[in-house]
Amino acid sequence: MMRGMQTLKALVLAGACVLGAAAPALAVQPDEVLADPALEERARVISKDLRCLVCRNESIDESNAQLARDLRILVRERLVAGDSNVQVVDFVVDRYGEYVLLRPRTSGTNILLYAAGPVMLLLALGMGFAYTRRRSQARSATERGLSAEEQARLSEILKE
Amino acid sequence: MIIELGHFALILAAVTALVQAIVPLIGAQMRWPGWMAVAEPAAGVQFVFTLFSFAALTYAFVTSDFSLNLVTANSHTLKPMLYKISGVWGNHEGSMLLWVLILTLFGACLAWFGGNLPPGIRARALAVQGSVAVAFFAFILFTSNPFERMEVVPFDGRDLNPLLQDVGLALHPPFLYLGYVGLSMAFSFAIAALIEGRVDAAWGRWVRPWTLAAWVFLTIGIALGSWWAYYELGWGGFWFWDPVENASFMPWLLAAALLHSAIVVEKREALKSWTILLAIMAFSFSLIGTFIVRSGVITSVHAFANDPERGVFILAILALFTGGGLTLFAARASAMEAKGVFGVVSRESALVLNNILLAVSCFVVFIGTIWPLVSEMFFDRKLSVGPPFFNMAFTPFMVLLGAILPIGAMLPWKRAKLDRVVKPLIPALVLALAIGGLAWAMQSGRSLLGPIGLFLGAWLVFGAGVDLMSRTGRGAVTERLARLGRLPRADWGKAVAHAGFGITMLGVAGLMAWEQEDIRVAQLNEPYVVGKYEITLEQVREVEGPNYLSTMADIRVRQDGREIALLHPEKRVYPVAGMPTTEAAIDYRPMRDVYLAIGDAQAGGAYTVRTYIKPLTNWIWLGSALMALGGCLSLTDRRYRVAAGARKAPKAGVPAE
Repeated sequence: MMRGMQTLKALVLAGACVLGAAAPALAVQPDEVLADPALEERARVISKDLRCLVCRNESIDESNAQLARDLRILVRERLVAGDSNVQVVDFVVDRYGEYVLLRPRTSGTNILLYAAGPVMLLLALGMGFAYTRRRSQARSATERGLSAEEQARLSEILKE
Repeated sequence: MIIELGHFALILAAVTALVQAIVPLIGAQMRWPGWMAVAEPAAGVQFVFTLFSFAALTYAFVTSDFSLNLVTANSHTLKPMLYKISGVWGNHEGSMLLWVLILTLFGACLAWFGGNLPPGIRARALAVQGSVAVAFFAFILFTSNPFERMEVVPFDGRDLNPLLQDVGLALHPPFLYLGYVGLSMAFSFAIAALIEGRVDAAWGRWVRPWTLAAWVFLTIGIALGSWWAYYELGWGGFWFWDPVENASFMPWLLAAALLHSAIVVEKREALKSWTILLAIMAFSFSLIGTFIVRSGVITSVHAFANDPERGVFILAILALFTGGGLTLFAARASAMEAKGVFGVVSRESALVLNNILLAVSCFVVFIGTIWPLVSEMFFDRKLSVGPPFFNMAFTPFMVLLGAILPIGAMLPWKRAKLDRVVKPLIPALVLALAIGGLAWAMQSGRSLLGPIGLFLGAWLVFGAGVDLMSRTGRGAVTERLARLGRLPRADWGKAVAHAGFGITMLGVAGLMAWEQEDIRVAQLNEPYVVGKYEITLEQVREVEGPNYLSTMADIRVRQDGREIALLHPEKRVYPVAGMPTTEAAIDYRPMRDVYLAIGDAQAGGAYTVRTYIKPLTNWIWLGSALMALGGCLSLTDRRYRVAAGARKAPKAGVPAE
């Protein structure tokens, strides 16, 4: 249901963009596909990392929206014009802003995003190791004998 | 009339919950048995009232009572009966009612079946459960009343969102909610233990079945949602790392961590405070999930600002329970001293590693999900975090987890020798390496994704088999096989769930590494070839469904000249909702799916057709089903049924403790 709500929103937005058509178009259309398979492959790779701006969390490769189609065509035009993958992405980001990237750039404050996982893992491993070390050096409960509470509980059981 | 009674029952349930939240808590503190005993009947009564209220709403949907705002907005007389019923929770108000219904159901189960718990713990846990219920009853009654009437009654409704008119999606929310809300039990037990100041092996044993059940429901719910996305959205993706998906995935990861760490508490009385913390966090993530989905804050900050009432309310609930729980934890956790002693190489330490990987991977998903919000709010940088980031940041954790799991699962408790554990696993390792290597040699690309995924999946499956066999002791192979059937259900559950995890990995790896795609304008009766298959678009018809119009294609699939399937992908339009949907047609096979979707009409009677060959895809859901089955097997283990280790209820006059 949750995906449904989200897709609903995407579809409503998409529907608003598709010119007069009630039926959904399916993402990449045959007429967009480039003749050169190598270029087309690169276009697909690039489009998977670009966001459809009027959709919710869909790449332009998956989206049915007219804007996504325009962007797919734009990407292919730049590739045919001889741009490298990086140049194409920069071209799109210049026009639509960083928001268009599904894989955020590793610059500036985004370093926090990328570092969060590895740093947390190292911290957790350190803490886990320290804990395990402590447990392996602790004296076992049997050596310590019973606590007063346990002693009381034991006698309670024995009485039963 | 029934509607008003339903509304009234909801208010009564809320009042009962309020009593249940306060009286038993005071009773447990003052050791007044009478006050503590209020909890059980209150939980039962609360459930019955909520059930009546839910039944009243269902009745309104089934009889298409369009005097109800909610029914008008989400139903239609022509809609099939199944979707009239599922329409009850296919909207905000109704789904929140389902949420509290399940919450009260769990509370009632604790009251009915918790007879072997010490009265103090039971009264406190039920009181906490009651306070969660109060918060959500208030949320429904004050911000999302499902029983609101229309001023003018229309002739017919506006129909349920067509995407929700589907069997998989009809069942998806109830299962997900059973999981989310099931974690509230772990939370209630954790808070009760913190108030009581004592966590022991018995506590681990009580909390584990609830966690396990919640995890099983979450697994089923998530798998259903992902399967639905696969066949419904028209290009066969199964996971999109969307905020609402992540909202259900984070509690799943933490519940998986919790049900493993609770074993350590149960068997070895270690990891106590960590397990309590996990129980608090797992439920908090359920609340965060509810907040994300219900407030719309992640979609856009502006969507939140437009209708802040509900979002702020849930945020307050979240702050109250998470904040309260963590404060209590900070104050009392030091009282929980670990007892078990174990070596650096032991089952305990392997489970610590399991918990680290699951918890940190959950943290990574969390950071990725909220980063766009954080970045916009604090750094004024509007950006997106999508699947490419999550695939890159999350996958390594699952690879590590899969790599160590078979070894960790076989390590003995307390102190282990690594070489003795690894020795019986060597054949499994060699076989898995061979499978991975074969995949590497046979594929055309240079990608490591497929071979590594295949290796890990096979390693997990074979490892689970070796683990199970190792439990049968010594002797001839036939004898040991005979003993397999008599192993405790918990052993079977563990092996089946771990193998299921491996099978899901196989499926994910197969689909992501070796999918084939073909997009073209297909002329009628002109066959074309995709991979090993010959596809022919034979006919396109207009078909009328109960509440939709469909453009349906007949597409024949042949392999080596032999027909293997006649598929009917559709494009539907639901006139009332004014919305189109695609219905992909899939030939499900064990080793691959042929997946067809039809697009727009082209000149000369041709149609756009998308063809996908998706290797091993079904294994994703087969593995999920096995994980859920493993959980169920564990739940039926004898030690939960005989309630061993439970304390006898103290005799009258003895202070309850």
